[in-house]
Amino acid sequence: MTDSTPPAAPARDPLWLRLLPHPLISLVILAAWLVLDGNLTPANVLLGAFLAWALPRMTRRFWRHPVHVRSWTGLVRFAIIVIWDIITANLQAVRLLLKSPQELKPAFFVIHLELTNPVAITVLANTITLTPGTVSADLSSRQERLLVHGLHVPDVEAAIAQIKARYEAPLKEIF
Amino acid sequence: MNSELPFLVELIVSAFILTGAGFAVIGALGLARMPDFYMRVHLPTAGTTLGVGCTLIASVIYFSFSLQTLSLHEFLISMFLFITAPVSSHMMAKVALHTGVRYVSHTQGRPWPSRTQRPSRDNSQILTEWPKRP
Repeated sequence: MTDSTPPAAPARDPLWLRLLPHPLISLVILAAWLVLDGNLTPANVLLGAFLAWALPRMTRRFWRHPVHVRSWTGLVRFAIIVIWDIITANLQAVRLLLKSPQELKPAFFVIHLELTNPVAITVLANTITLTPGTVSADLSSRQERLLVHGLHVPDVEAAIAQIKARYEAPLKEIF
Repeated sequence: MNSELPFLVELIVSAFILTGAGFAVIGALGLARMPDFYMRVHLPTAGTTLGVGCTLIASVIYFSFSLQTLSLHEFLISMFLFITAPVSSHMMAKVALHTGVRYVSHTQGRPWPSRTQRPSRDNSQILTEWPKRP
């Protein structure tokens, strides 16, 4: 199931893939349902399996391409980097709060995206917003540029380079 | 439910709750202190990430010890929050750009013109009249 397959290919997909077009999303829904309810009775597993089958089907118009993770170790490493950055950015936000707001150097800057996968761009924009100090404000209509607002950016070029190296490069390998 | 926990566990749980509450306060202070809308969006993120995160870790530890089973619901809460909270921040910033909310004059760089904004409608008028309203 690569992107370069001709349009007639979906008909030749194996049966399980036609019934479950997004196995990864289904798996996440099933796991979330079981953890949420907290018991493993057969009826509950059956209900979770039904939801895991029905919800991706109902929302399939939003998922043009199947979500496909190429590198799971990359994903785990990326998650650790993001959690670490959230903690350090929070501590930095405390320091910025103690300053006078007039001394802060807010900035709008544009990141030219190398990512093309919509899921990867969503994760990048979410990550930028999750770290205190930067908020992704808009995405250009062709999904090639991301507008970011920073709370205190002494060096705009360095901030762009850091986001590209720290978040975009790993995401390019994962998705 | 056994409510008597070892002292060390209670100490760790209360430390996490206090840290979480501290970050929530910082988020609220940032909201009150910053001069323009775009800068105000930033600090409440501290409340939703580490503020809620520390409180949930405290909840995991407390309920894992008091109910003697591993409590996992909290991770779901943080998962949902980490997916949805940035979306609302992003939409608020986007709407602010769309309606032409002003930013402080020493902001470096300029946002691109909002593609959803109608050129015929001058939204800046709404904003200049805003403080005059009773």
